[in-house]
Amino acid sequence: MISIDNKLYIRDIDTYIDPFFPVERAIITHGHADHARAGHKHVLCTPETSEIMKIRYGENCASSFQTIKYGHSVKIGKISVTFYPAAHILGSAQVLLETAKHRIVVTGDYKTILDRHLDPFEVVPCDLLITEATFGLPIFKFNKPEMEIERLLNNISKNRENTFLIGAYSLGKAQRIIWLLREAGFSDDIFVHGSMDKLCDFYQSKGIRLGTLRKATLDNKKDFKGKIIVAPPSALKDRWSRRFENITRCYASGWMQVKQRAKQSQIEIPLVISDHSDWNELTNTIKQTGAEKVWITHGREDALKYWCEKNGIQAEPLSLQHRDETSEL
Amino acid sequence: MKAFSNLLSDLILTSSRNRKLSLLEQYFSSTPDPDRGYALAALTGSLNFKNIKSSFFKDLIKEKQDEHLFDLSYDYVGDLAETISLLWDQEKSGNMPRLSSLFENLKKAKTDELKSYIINILNISTADQRWAFIKLFTGGLRIGVSSRLVKQALANYGNVDLDEIEKIWHGLHFPYINLFSWLENKGSKPKISIYDTFHPMMLAHPLVMEKDLEAANPKDFVAEYKWDGIRVQIVSHSEGCRLYSRTGDEVSKSFPEIIKTIQGNFVLDGELLAGINNDPKTFNDLQQRLNKKAPSEKFIEKNPCFIKVYDVLFFNGDDLRDKTLIERKKVLSSYFSTNRSPMFLSETIEFKDWRFLDKIRDISNKQIHEGVMIKSVSSPYIAGRPRGKWFKWKRNPKNVDAIIMYAQRGHGKRSSFYSDYTFGVFNKEKELVPIGKAYSGFTDEELNRLDKFVRSKTINRFGPVREVEKTLVVEIAFDEMSLSHRHKSGIALRFPRFKRIRWDKPTNEVETLEQIRKSFLE
Repeated sequence: MISIDNKLYIRDIDTYIDPFFPVERAIITHGHADHARAGHKHVLCTPETSEIMKIRYGENCASSFQTIKYGHSVKIGKISVTFYPAAHILGSAQVLLETAKHRIVVTGDYKTILDRHLDPFEVVPCDLLITEATFGLPIFKFNKPEMEIERLLNNISKNRENTFLIGAYSLGKAQRIIWLLREAGFSDDIFVHGSMDKLCDFYQSKGIRLGTLRKATLDNKKDFKGKIIVAPPSALKDRWSRRFENITRCYASGWMQVKQRAKQSQIEIPLVISDHSDWNELTNTIKQTGAEKVWITHGREDALKYWCEKNGIQAEPLSLQHRDETSEL
Repeated sequence: MKAFSNLLSDLILTSSRNRKLSLLEQYFSSTPDPDRGYALAALTGSLNFKNIKSSFFKDLIKEKQDEHLFDLSYDYVGDLAETISLLWDQEKSGNMPRLSSLFENLKKAKTDELKSYIINILNISTADQRWAFIKLFTGGLRIGVSSRLVKQALANYGNVDLDEIEKIWHGLHFPYINLFSWLENKGSKPKISIYDTFHPMMLAHPLVMEKDLEAANPKDFVAEYKWDGIRVQIVSHSEGCRLYSRTGDEVSKSFPEIIKTIQGNFVLDGELLAGINNDPKTFNDLQQRLNKKAPSEKFIEKNPCFIKVYDVLFFNGDDLRDKTLIERKKVLSSYFSTNRSPMFLSETIEFKDWRFLDKIRDISNKQIHEGVMIKSVSSPYIAGRPRGKWFKWKRNPKNVDAIIMYAQRGHGKRSSFYSDYTFGVFNKEKELVPIGKAYSGFTDEELNRLDKFVRSKTINRFGPVREVEKTLVVEIAFDEMSLSHRHKSGIALRFPRFKRIRWDKPTNEVETLEQIRKSFLE
């Protein structure tokens, strides 16, 4: 048996998965700030995740990086570690920890629907599944993102005087939204907030075509009519957004499924587009892995735990600190 | 139904008042009769379904969805219609009926057909349509659109004054065909009978002395006590008398002895109070009467009521609403020159300066008034809450420190936030007992912090209620404290709300139940 504890610490190999504090050895599932922190000694991750960490935290954010691609393994002591695509953002991985007799999968954040700019999610059979549960309630059932983009484009064509400010997390969500817009045939220049510049360049360098992007600076003030500006969600409420006239606030997130939530944040066009699994994806994945035991991190454990037990699967919530819903945009 | 559900979805996500108005106008102009009349009734809260309540939908969803998962979802979403609309899976496509035929079908359907009819509607609708559909039955749309805003949209649509619509509103009938035809210049203004309907009341603004009156001349105003009863409109004519509450609900049945006695041809405005011979008792005493829909003679004898009248809208067929307050008061005082028990003229307070009124409003030994009203002598009777005409100047609130014990999630705008708090103080046995519940008085920022406090300090859960560590002290403002047998603490607070959150105050410095009873009740 591989021993792993509720901090995702693997004792046999003295390694943590996505730790919040600096450690000797860390496996990092993906580059979001609530998973990837600076200051670890040795980091094991995918090549893309290491690049993202270096872009965000600097070249020296860890003493050393070891990278393995999807489907490849490294052996550490008795345990073999393999990465599988999690289809959450570029480079996001599920981690399989495996001995001859025991398999543990840590999903990290994931979604299972096909998202053609990322490697498709793979179901990895295991004994213990450690799953996320950000949207672990049956009310979360996401439509095809293409439908949400179409709704947005319709609205833009009807309101040419307005500027459409889309809140989207700087890493992953922003690029996915831009990519979806391009796929839908939107060929106008898209303006981006300064904080996502480099990450967009990085996506483009990996062959994900985002078209012509311009900085949303005041020099371009006159050009914003009928245009799209993509900015991190925090900027939507910030003074930063007041520089634009006639803004329609949009927000791309699974949270937008709940109208009252959208209303609370004064969002006029909620785009229900999530990089996480919805309820059906979560429960299907649990079934398909054949896991006998499930640990639930991140989010609404109650409902998923209840569902597992009703389906004869042992389940336990892992209360990982520092991860509340506000950090999972 | 499609257009109506689009309208609701657009309205809930629009924060600009002007945008809301234009959405409503667009809807009224592009939707035919009688559908728009049905929508108008729904938007103004005047559609009533006797045979379908929100529990009906709860039961339906529990047949399809695990009850526990439903509860968790409802707790998270905080809106029943939205929870069910998201949990229900669309099963087949089909054409949603028009709003009007939907209603007529529901009205006609026999009890055994009703269920399958509604299930079919839910099956063929999209999540947004289900949401709009269920909202029609759950009381209150909670989409950030008041009846007044809807009427304003009608006024804009027909290019008439809002006050004109308010004045005839309660005499109009569903589905408002004659209203729309008037607004579209196709017909004349609907005529309503004065005595058949409620007339919207004129309301006061809370007074902010520096802003509202400091520079004003006291001679231009009259002052009255702000009675602590319920506001009523007395509509009387040859065929009888009716009493309406502030919201236009008829309350005559609860006060048979009063409507039996009143005779004349008029519409008056006043305050219903407990007591006899113009000697008011407390609001608590009135509460006894309000709770009884059909009181027995014995009960009435034990709990008598009367009315203090302070305004008149119609008298002997004349519409006095455009006259000044002084002129209306003259009509009243001549009417009350003879005994009109159980109606009495509400007395005016003689005063020379505002400071005098400031003292009067706080004299609270008998607690029969809540402060003073200050009204401009020249004010006509205008439906709604016009600016600068009437002011209420309430007694200064009282304050008490208490400890947060339980929290519950809010609804509507605050759904998913823990925004409803039960607080308490220690009794003689050193046991913490609840003394009230408060939902307001904090800023959005404070609410965020309170919400975090609740989430991180939960020690117990009872369904949607969370019990928290008893560590946080809040200063509660309230209007009045009274004895109550219904509460373990033996006291009840009127209108409690947060005044301050004392993040750093230790709980052992909070006054005990005995101490606060002493200072507020003796």
